This record gives sequence, C-alpha cells and structure tokens, in this order.
Amino acid sequence: MTNSINELEKDAKAIFVIGSNTTENHPVIGMKIKKNVLENGAKLVVADPRRTDLADLADVYMQHRPGTDVALLNGMMNVIISEGLADQDFIAANTEGYEAMAEVVAKYTPEYVETITGVPAADIRRAARLYAEAGAAVICYAMGLTQHSTGTDNVKSVCNLAMLTGNIGRPGTGVDPLRGQNNVQGACDMGGLPNVLTAYQQVANDAARAKFEEAWNVSLPAKPGLTLTETINKAHHGEMKALVIIGENPMMSDPDLHHVEEALEKLDFLVVQDIFMSETAKYADVVLPGACFAEKDGTFSNTERRVQRVRKAVDPPGQARVDWQIICDLATRMGYPMSYSSAEDIFEEMRKLTPSYAGMTYARLEGKGLQWPCPAEDHPGTPFLHKDGKFSRGKGAFSAIEFIEPRELPDGEYPLILTTGRSLFHYHTGTMTRRCVALDEHVPAAEVEINPALAGQLGIEDGEMVRLSTRRGSLEVKAKVTDILAEDVVFMTFHFAETAVNWLTNADSLDPVAKIPEYKVCAARLDKI
Amino acid sequence: MVTLTINGKQVQVPDGSTILQACRLHGIELPTLCYDPDLRLAGSCRMCIVEVKGRPLFLAACVAPAENGMVVETESPDIVQARKVILELLLARHGGKCLTCEKNGNCKLQDYCYQYGVSDTRYADGGRHHYPIDDPNPFIERDYNKCIMCTRCVRACEGITMARAINVKNRGHNAKIATAFDGNLADSPCVFCGQCIMVCPVGALTSKVSAGLGRAYEVEKVLTTCTYCGTGCTLELNVKDNRVVGVTSNRSADWSPVNRGALCVKGRFGWDFINSPERLPTPLIKENGEFREASWDEALDLVASRLQKIKEESGPDSMAVFTSARITNEENYLAQKFARAVLGTNNVDHCARL
Ligand code: SF4
Ligand code: SF4
Ligand code: SF4
Ligand code: FES
Repeated sequence: MTNSINELEKDAKAIFVIGSNTTENHPVIGMKIKKNVLENGAKLVVADPRRTDLADLADVYMQHRPGTDVALLNGMMNVIISEGLADQDFIAANTEGYEAMAEVVAKYTPEYVETITGVPAADIRRAARLYAEAGAAVICYAMGLTQHSTGTDNVKSVCNLAMLTGNIGRPGTGVDPLRGQNNVQGACDMGGLPNVLTAYQQVANDAARAKFEEAWNVSLPAKPGLTLTETINKAHHGEMKALVIIGENPMMSDPDLHHVEEALEKLDFLVVQDIFMSETAKYADVVLPGACFAEKDGTFSNTERRVQRVRKAVDPPGQARVDWQIICDLATRMGYPMSYSSAEDIFEEMRKLTPSYAGMTYARLEGKGLQWPCPAEDHPGTPFLHKDGKFSRGKGAFSAIEFIEPRELPDGEYPLILTTGRSLFHYHTGTMTRRCVALDEHVPAAEVEINPALAGQLGIEDGEMVRLSTRRGSLEVKAKVTDILAEDVVFMTFHFAETAVNWLTNADSLDPVAKIPEYKVCAARLDKI
Repeated sequence: MVTLTINGKQVQVPDGSTILQACRLHGIELPTLCYDPDLRLAGSCRMCIVEVKGRPLFLAACVAPAENGMVVETESPDIVQARKVILELLLARHGGKCLTCEKNGNCKLQDYCYQYGVSDTRYADGGRHHYPIDDPNPFIERDYNKCIMCTRCVRACEGITMARAINVKNRGHNAKIATAFDGNLADSPCVFCGQCIMVCPVGALTSKVSAGLGRAYEVEKVLTTCTYCGTGCTLELNVKDNRVVGVTSNRSADWSPVNRGALCVKGRFGWDFINSPERLPTPLIKENGEFREASWDEALDLVASRLQKIKEESGPDSMAVFTSARITNEENYLAQKFARAVLGTNNVDHCARL
C-alpha cells in the first residue's frame, strides 16, 4: 500500500474498491472502510463482478464483466478528462506520458465502455466524478484486479487513475493493494523472488550482488531465476530436478492441479517443510516438520509495509523445529555454515543489506512497529509514500493501455465464466483453518455460487449437487443460488481439498509480466447431475 | 483548561473533558460498566456516579462534562451506598454462576461487588429470567442470564465492526440483547468477529472455542501478529501449560497499531490448528511410496546429500526453492539466502501471485 490502513477510516473522503472483497478477505480493513462511510459520510465506489458486502453499501456499484477492468478504468478516466476533473497541476509537476495515455483513453467513452463491461454509462460517470471530486480519494484493490492475464495492465490503470487526479502522496489518497497473506509483503521485501535480493535490489545489478557476495562470502548467480509458475512448467518438462518447498501448498493453490501433480511427480527430489501433511507434502520424498507462528520469534510485514513482532508463545510439537533452524542446519550440512543465535541475530544481518529496513531494530519494533522505508535508526518510518508527488523514479509515468479480452472466453461448450476467491471463514488452501474446529464446522464445504436465472434454466435448486466443468476437468459441488452474480458468472472458493477448484482453473493464461494466473476468468459449464 | 476539585484535590484538565476523564487523568479510579473509551457513550449503568457540590442529583461521570469550580466527591458515603444498590439491582438480574463461569476472576461485576462488599441482593423477588443458552453457532456462547444490559456489545457491533447484528429488545425488566428477530446469530448480519466478547464486562458472551480451557488468571498473554491475512492485526495468544488456549486482543493503539483490539473471526477463533493432533511431530522419509518416521540427522543428511548430488550433476538451476508468505521475514531472508548462496540459483519464489 502507498498509504496506511487507518487512513481508510478517517482521512479518505472517497474510497474506490475494485477487485477486493474486503469485508471477507481483509475483514478488519473492511470494518474501517464501513466506519468511514457510515459515520463520516465518505463516498464509496465498488467495482466487482460479485455484489459484495461493500457493494451493498456503495454510492455507486459497478458490476463489470470479469476481466474488463482496463476498459472500466479507461472509461472513468475518459470522463475525468472530458469533464475537466483531472488535476493538471499535479500532472504537469509530477508525471510524464500524459498525452499518450489521454490519446488511448479518448476512445473509451462511457457508452463504448458500457458495451464492453456491461456497466451503465451513467454509473461510470457518477463513479468517476465521486472519485475525482472527493479531494482525498483512495483506490483499494486485491487479487480481483491482479489475477488476470492482464493483471499488470490493470494495476497500471489504477495508477493512471490516481495520478490523473493527483490522489497520491497525501493522507487518505493513494493506491492500496490489499495483500492477501500475513507475510506476503515480507516475503517479497526479503527477496523471496527470482529477480531481486532484499528490498528489491536486482540480482542482475553488479553492485547489489557484490554487496551480498561480500557479506555472504560467496559468489552469486546473476541471471534472474524462475517464478513459481515457470518452475512448475519446467518441472513438467522434466527439466527441474529438485524442489524445496517451505510452507507452500501448490497442490491446492496453483492453477490446473493435474499439471502441478504431473510436474511434482517428475521431480527427482522433493522436500516439503510444513506444519501439516499438506496436499503437496504427500508428493514429497522428505517432509520436515516446521513450526507455526505461535512457536517462533521474528517479524511479519503487513500490507501497509508495517514490520511487526511475532513472539514465541509455546514450543513446537514433538521434534518439530523452528523453520530458520532447519534452513541453517541444511545449509551447514551442504558445506555453507549458517549459524544464528536468534531471529534477532538474523534480522541484524538482514537490515545491514536492506536499505528500507536499515533503521529498524527489535527494540524499535516494540509496540507499534515501523513502516518501511526506514533507512536510519533515527528515521520514524513512512506512513505514506510519494509525499508531495515525489516518485522514487523521478516522475510518475502514465501508461497508455488498451483493453484486451481475457485469454479463455466462454463459448458454446463452456458458456459460463468461472471466477474464484475466498470465504471469510477460511484462509487460502485451508491447511490451517480446515483444522480449526469452529471455522470448519461453520463452513465445512465448498459451494458454487450461481445466479437464480441460471439455476432456473438448468433446473437447479439451492443446495443441490451439480457438476462444474472446464477444459481441465470437472467436479461435483453443492450449488448456492444467489443473485450477487451476473447470470453467466459462477463463483467458487479454493479452500477445500475435497473439491479443489484449481483442478479446473487454467495454467496457460498467465500475465506476461507478473506471471500471475488468470484465476478470475476461465470458461466453464454447469450441469445438473 | 478547566480547574476543578476532586476528592479535595484541585486539578486541571483539558476543555471538553468529562468528569471521568478528569478523574482518570489524575489517577483517581472510578468504577464503570457501560463506559468504553472507544464506543459511543451510553451513560446508562450509573456505576460511575459522583457527588457534585450544589447539585441535587448524582452525576454519571462518564457523560457529565467537567466544569470550572466543580467540587467532586467520588467515594462519599452516599455514593458508596448508591453503588451498592446499583450492584444489588444488577445481581437481581444476573444469575451469577461464578464457580463455572469463564469470566471468573476477570469480571467487572465480581470486582465491584468485592470492592463494595455486595454478596447478595434484596431485589430478586421479581424473579430472574431464565433465558435458554442455545445459539448453535460454534464461536460465541450467549448466556443472557448473566447479562447486565450495559449495551457495550451492541455499541461495539455497530461502532467497530459496523455489523449492527444485535440490539436492545424490550424495555425495563424485560430488556434483553437480541438479533433483529431474536434468533440465532447465524441468521443475522453477524460476522463472528467476537468484538462483543471483547467488550462484555461479564460472562454473558464468551468464546466456545476456549470454553473450559483456562481462566484469565491462569493464562499468560503473549502479544503477537495474526497469521492469516495481510492486515497484520495484533492479538494476544493465551497460553496455559505450554498450550495455546485462546486469543484475546489488546486495545491500546500503542500496542495494537493497526486494529486497536478489533479482530475478525479467523484471528479470534482460528487458533486451535496450533494444537491439532495432525501436526507433524517428526521428519518423514518416503520409502517404497510410504512415509516412515526418521531422525533429524537422517532426514537432513539425506536432503543435503541429494541436493548436493543434483547440484553437481545437473547444475544449480535444476533446483528451486519455494519460500513462504506464511513464515517470518527472518526465515524468508534465510530461505532466499539458502537458494542463492548454498544451492547457487535465483530460482526462488513464493505464492505472492496465488
Ligand atoms: S460477533 Fe461481531 S458481528 Fe457478531 S454480534 Fe458480536 S460484534 Fe456483532
Ligand atoms: S451481553 Fe455483555 S456486553 Fe452485552 S449488554 Fe450484556 S453484559 Fe453488556
Ligand atoms: S484478525 Fe482477521 S483481519 Fe486481522 S490479520 Fe487476522 S485474518 Fe486479517
Ligand atoms: S459507566 Fe458511566 S453510566 Fe455506565
């Protein structure tokens, strides 16, 4: 997030939520948005193919066809430019590339965009005005925006919208991706990515690498590595020999599980470090028992870049061990001694190599934590980025982006759009929440959500078992009839191993830059059993 | 600034302070039941009453503004007597079952009865209500026989969670907390965040997941960060005998900067996986398609030698590490260091996109 969570509760005068079911996936953030709307009168605009809880509260709700986000955002920008609502001073002082963007956006009139997205032109106009005229407006998005073959384009488009209206660099403004997992921000910050070391220092950058080589006393590879999806593909080709998986569950979370299964089976050697016998661990040659968050010291970095302490409360079960100790032991046995006295000891090494964390110490993190960048020990941390319109790369660059259709569109055989997501009561692949007695009792199984008109056509009653199929496969699942979806869209959560929807999703349609799979759109059919 | 006298001492407080705020600012404690600094004021329980010279009636300190020249007494004999009556009236309603109550030892009603020496009630003739305890949801036990009608739960639900799932139904002796149709929480807009449990001063609302596992004075509270979504809420793991037995939250902005005590259903009730019998206690090695238990030495030696051999035979880029959005920063740092410095490959990623 460029800005902070608590700004959503008081500073934002308008909140535009696109592709985020905030009250279910970031519930406490959802509460803050609702509070601002209900108690302070903040305006709320929601764009989502599913009429979420927040949509019901919105001043304008736009139910766009899945995968048409670029068109919708261009449409809003078209209105802002043609009605003179753009912040020309901000654009002139802080950005570049405006003309090229404006030229592309010119053809996305609300009427044209209505034909693509299905959103009435009048709503697009109202939404654009609410956002542009608020004074302090923020955009919140999540996987609903990014899990598309055009995910990168979608994100660039929301950045365009924010820059166009000067909604950057002040409290209550900004572009706020709501990151899904407790420490996904931290995993990225720490260099758990194939192209960067900590704090996004490029592996291909000689100076950056040299710094780490000296600190680690080893020579480092310069060629960026493979993403998770590319690794699975390479394994599928039989070219990947060994995989070490720490606390991840690709046999639930990745698209097209047949493909993942075949890939894992082709490996010579698979090590899985986890706290449970996950769907993925079953394929391992060796399983190493790790520790959960309650059993270790350390830090997590949340979606607003706040680094906070994690504290050990209990011992791990049996002989299970804290994950960093397992990594150290393995490295040592492979001839690279790693030894640390504590998590803090590791943090101290890390921050010396990580400019945005350099000023943080465990003592300073007590209490409120710190938001990066925090480059020095007397730096207070950074609640919001790009103060006064200052971008890290000099000027903020507009991108001129044309709408591109999703990769796999409905056809005669698969006439529906399947889109996936989460429930309030479960978390990601369910390894933890499915083993929480109350959560699993409350929501014990997956359901496919379908519109009443579709249910009527197919003669399906609420609660009836139906067959959901895509080109990858099919599964039987209980139907939930609800009018929160358009007639040709069906929705399913991916938490349940018994009916894992990722057997059906598409591994071939990836965003070309981010390599993110298009979980939010694939062609599907529904049959009565 | 406002200058007033409390219990014979002259004090100054910022304009707009209530008498309660003035007292607390100067270290004078007042008993409160319905007051909650984060919630809309109710001023209904009257536990916080004080005597103000020249005023015929006692004032509820939580809502009465502090005024220049006020002379306030907080524990005068008349006030103490009035508080005893208030407590007795509450006991007439509260079917106290302290022996088995989850809140025993952490209950404001108990504390104040102890403080003011109230052990029984003269007012129970009207008969106590016998509300059934039968909401079938798996998260929250609702025992309104213990409810003292402070309405903090109602105000937390509408003012923190913004769910408006519950409200006050009926008036007077028959008043009770209920969902719109006095039914089950699952049939209301309730999202099972448990904010109502957090604010309930007595044992009327408690966690079913923690039931019977330990009371507040038996547990150690360890402040940590939630393991689920990226919001990063602060929570307290309640530990008894090296076992997590529940989750509570800290409402101070200084210790819970993101959520100030608010949690969602996963954070508050999704902790028992920690104790699941399915947790993996030992390393496992697969032999002939079956896992068998192994020692750490055997398992780690096997992994090290296999990875070493593959590195030599097929090169570092034939290997990859998937690190995790679930583990700590320190562990992620080491995992990528392991991939890059030990295996010698940049093939390291995690589920950021999934
Ligand atoms: S659990 Fe949350 S939503 Fe439900 S009644 Fe309590 S405060 Fe309201
Ligand atoms: S249930 Fe608890 S919080 Fe709610 S009114 Fe009764 S005593 Fe107060
Ligand atoms: S308590 Fe809920 S909202 Fe807060 S971090 Fe945990 S899962 Fe997210
Ligand atoms: S605490 Fe003041 S009236 Fe209840």
